[in-house]
Amino acid sequence: MTARYTRDHEWIRIDGDYAYLGISQYAQEQLGDVVFVELPEPGKKLAKGDVAAVVESVKAASEVFTPADAEVVAVNTALTDTPALVNASPEGDGWFMKLKLARPADIDGLMDAGAYKSFTETL
Amino acid sequence: MRFLPHDDADRAAMLWKIGVPSIDALFADIPADKRLNGLLDLPLAKSEIEVERILGRMAARNVPAGSGPFFVGAGAYRHHVPASVDHLIQRSEFLTSYTPYQPEIAQGTLQYLFEFQTQVANLTGMEVANASMYDGSTGTAEAVLMAHRLTRRRKAVLSGGLHPQYRAVVETVSGMAGDSVTALPPDPTGSEAIMAAIDADTSCVVVQSPSFYGHLIDLAPIAEKAHAAGALLVAVFTEAVALGAIEPPGAQGADIVVGEGQSIGNPLTFGGPYVGLFATRQKYVRQMPGRLCGETVDAEGRRGFVLTLSTREQHIRRDKATSNICTNSGLCALAFTIHMSLLGELGLSRLAALNHANAVKLAESLSEVTGVSVLNDSFFNEFTIRVPGNAAALVEKLAALGVLGGVPVSRLEPARPELADLVVVASTEVNTDEDRDAFVRALEEVL
Amino acid sequence: MQSEGRPTAPEPPGAGEARTFTGNRALQIEEPLLFEVGRHETTGVDVAEAPQVRSRLGRHARKAPLDLPGLSEPEAMRHYVRLSQKNYAIDAGIYPLGSCTMKHNARINEKMARLPGFADIHPLQPLSTVPGAIELIAELGRWLLAMTGMESVAMSPKAGAHGEACGMMAIKAALTAAGDNRRTVLVPESAHGTNPATAALIGFEVVNVPAGPDGTVHPSAVIERLGPDVAAIMLTNPNTCGLFEREVVAIADAVHAAGGYFYADGANFNAIVGKVRPGDLGVDAMHINLHKTFSTPHGGGGPGAGPVVFSKKLAPFAPVPFVRLTADGAEFVETRRQSGDSATPFGRITAFHGQMGMFVRAMSYMLSHGADGMRQASEDAVLNANYIRAGLADLMSQPFGDRPCMHEALFDDRFLEGTGVTTLDFAKAMIDEGFHPMTMYFPLVVHGALLIEPTESESKASLDLFVATLRDLVMRAKRGETERFHQAPMLAPRRRLDETRAARQPKLKWEKPQPYVEAAE
Repeated sequence: MTARYTRDHEWIRIDGDYAYLGISQYAQEQLGDVVFVELPEPGKKLAKGDVAAVVESVKAASEVFTPADAEVVAVNTALTDTPALVNASPEGDGWFMKLKLARPADIDGLMDAGAYKSFTETL
Repeated sequence: MRFLPHDDADRAAMLWKIGVPSIDALFADIPADKRLNGLLDLPLAKSEIEVERILGRMAARNVPAGSGPFFVGAGAYRHHVPASVDHLIQRSEFLTSYTPYQPEIAQGTLQYLFEFQTQVANLTGMEVANASMYDGSTGTAEAVLMAHRLTRRRKAVLSGGLHPQYRAVVETVSGMAGDSVTALPPDPTGSEAIMAAIDADTSCVVVQSPSFYGHLIDLAPIAEKAHAAGALLVAVFTEAVALGAIEPPGAQGADIVVGEGQSIGNPLTFGGPYVGLFATRQKYVRQMPGRLCGETVDAEGRRGFVLTLSTREQHIRRDKATSNICTNSGLCALAFTIHMSLLGELGLSRLAALNHANAVKLAESLSEVTGVSVLNDSFFNEFTIRVPGNAAALVEKLAALGVLGGVPVSRLEPARPELADLVVVASTEVNTDEDRDAFVRALEEVL
Repeated sequence: MQSEGRPTAPEPPGAGEARTFTGNRALQIEEPLLFEVGRHETTGVDVAEAPQVRSRLGRHARKAPLDLPGLSEPEAMRHYVRLSQKNYAIDAGIYPLGSCTMKHNARINEKMARLPGFADIHPLQPLSTVPGAIELIAELGRWLLAMTGMESVAMSPKAGAHGEACGMMAIKAALTAAGDNRRTVLVPESAHGTNPATAALIGFEVVNVPAGPDGTVHPSAVIERLGPDVAAIMLTNPNTCGLFEREVVAIADAVHAAGGYFYADGANFNAIVGKVRPGDLGVDAMHINLHKTFSTPHGGGGPGAGPVVFSKKLAPFAPVPFVRLTADGAEFVETRRQSGDSATPFGRITAFHGQMGMFVRAMSYMLSHGADGMRQASEDAVLNANYIRAGLADLMSQPFGDRPCMHEALFDDRFLEGTGVTTLDFAKAMIDEGFHPMTMYFPLVVHGALLIEPTESESKASLDLFVATLRDLVMRAKRGETERFHQAPMLAPRRRLDETRAARQPKLKWEKPQPYVEAAE
């Protein structure tokens, strides 16, 4: 399944029973060089709209919100040593966390890639 | 008016360029009924001569510490500051510069901050230190908040040897934040059972060594007990020179070390400005409050320094910041750095040895005065004596004889009548044999 | 999502200048770190030999050496003088940082602070030996109360942010004493970051209030957010856009009517000293930055001092210690017990008594200026900011239209659109011209903000050169001379520094370089 996008510039992508979450290409461009990502503990339960992670550049810190109720299954530990992955491959190797969604259908209403692109052009 | 460069012609020309008839037009947004039409009810401008006269008269009403035998400590200490230090901190480029937010034209400030951070880390035996806090007491409150963030618990246990005003600051800040504090009773004999107070709810144990009463505390077993309970040890000191002679808190298992740096480079100045020293383990650095200076390179590959990890701070995280702090104690940190550079390990060791020796000699002399006993087995340059009768009245009488002989504990613990016969006495390198003799003689006279 | 991300790793430079053997450039010396030039066997302080005594250190005596190198006095002098030469300073040039009030730091203030009767007194020596210190604190307090029209002042906060915490704690204490458990604080979006950080520190929840299209806060925006849970509003006036909040009285009235308090951030007090009193505008608590309005030196980042003035309602909650003005003088109150029945201090926020060193400097400033000098200073500060604004209005874009400002002028980056030059690049080019840049990217409500506060200390000639230089830079940007902006600064002791690297690989203290070791096979 291809990724869906939120108005807060997160992407979420279903992969079998799980979903991966990260920030979009647009988001990493806006942030500049990422220096640190504050990730949650595996096992943490998140409600829709909760702060799932915080991504820091030198001059800014942005919150990353979970688009749906979920439990954190794993986090991308590669980001600890190489936060630059978020800049290089935000929608690939720079993924933040693997989630178990309470109801996978919750994300059906989110924007697809085309709709998100149009959205970013209005900003 | 000597500080204002404009004359009336300048002002007129500028108003014309701006396009308004008078300066009042630029204050038009102030509601008319609130504007002040006349001058404030305060004196008019004065020349330098007059300012010196007024302030000189005020200053002359005070008894400077250097004017006679002086043995007052209790959290601030009179040490000799080399003449170079005060000269250097008054250089324009240090005195009148701002926070180094434009690092290309602030490498002077940034380099000394990097040196300061290194000195503080090495002095305390810790892995990383920040670019200073306001003082030791506010630093201690920040250390407690940091421990709460790290352990996700909200109860601090405070040793009875912690400076009473430091305790009060922690209690005030914790009370406002809704956190809890268990403060052990005052510990003048250095014999409290703090480990029994550590439990599964404890976020941190805060222990001062040398304590307020002068005792040297074995931090290692406390650190062990705290860690076993999932808590952190916050080690506090108020006399930085002590670290020239005693085992550093970092070597004893402390997780956060916070203290007062005033003793090195900074005069007494009636309580401020001082400089807080704050150090911790590398793994906790993102939760550390205050400014941090880090090493990097510039576009030509040359080494340089910048403020870093700023995303912890208020100007970026706003209501999610690790703290609300904006300033550090810049110029006081510079004074510390310069004095410490002049001392070096060799000078600091000698200075600490002299402080200790002076205090030992004083303790021996005082304990020979009838009715006076020294409570401490161990101490560095400060100890507690028990005197016959009311200690505050005694200290007042000594002052009338020209001897500033310590701090009566009751001044900082007025609600504790059982401590009313105790005086905390400090002796640094500035005391001579004559000072000590004068103290003993005065004491014998008033008792 | 923060959209102010901008490159923090510099691009490689163009052709270099002539290299020297030392790496020095005439008067600009490449000075190594203390840890690279100092030696462990060297000390620049002669300490008398300690007499032989029976040690009382016991098992606490230090076992390991400290890694603290020393320097002889001449070496130390040279080391720190060379470092000082790498810094910009007010004494050297205009320092137009918005809301920082970088005014002249008079040396008479330094001389007064160093009088032994002020510098060499201990906070805990008997109070009977320091009546002049109490007198000074009381007198400074009286001046602050006269300027602000308030009831009492807490002198102990160590800095502005500390003062904010003090003021908000007093508000929380007052509410608690009234059995009121309000948890919300209103903060304009343009506020300095310390405001919401302070509120959160004390356990409040922050609700943002947007600014209107004219840059000020409208009473309607406040009123729609007021309710029984609002403890206070934190307002800066003049605000961080350099504008006087015209509706401040209406806002104060609305907040009071809803049972809340009005906290004022006094960072911009320099615009209005002697022109209006915050107490007359409905303020309940306001911190004053002595290091801004009252010229105590910034010292490379501190120390500051942030006394807080209180209204009648909040005065009983001021923290200890404080000076109580009595009929025949002043009484120094250090503990809750001493404060008696009329006062209920919320606690203590620092050991000892506050930044006495800064009190003396501020008092010296106030005595030097007097009521007439202070009012003239406020007028000149506002005049200077408007003169700069008028000199740049045709070339640089103003976010709220071409209207008078107070002591600081705010521009946004629309004038740089299409030039390929950002606010950051523009600021760095100012460095090569010999100026410290203005405040950039603050307040956050304006894109690519440039906030200029000249203060009253700048002469007309200084302002004319500053304006002319900025005009020249704008023209160059518009003409497409992007390289000089992208490469700037080129003439400073350092080029742009790699802040990304500093944050990704934090190196926060000097470590002895490890000798190269071959990996074991």
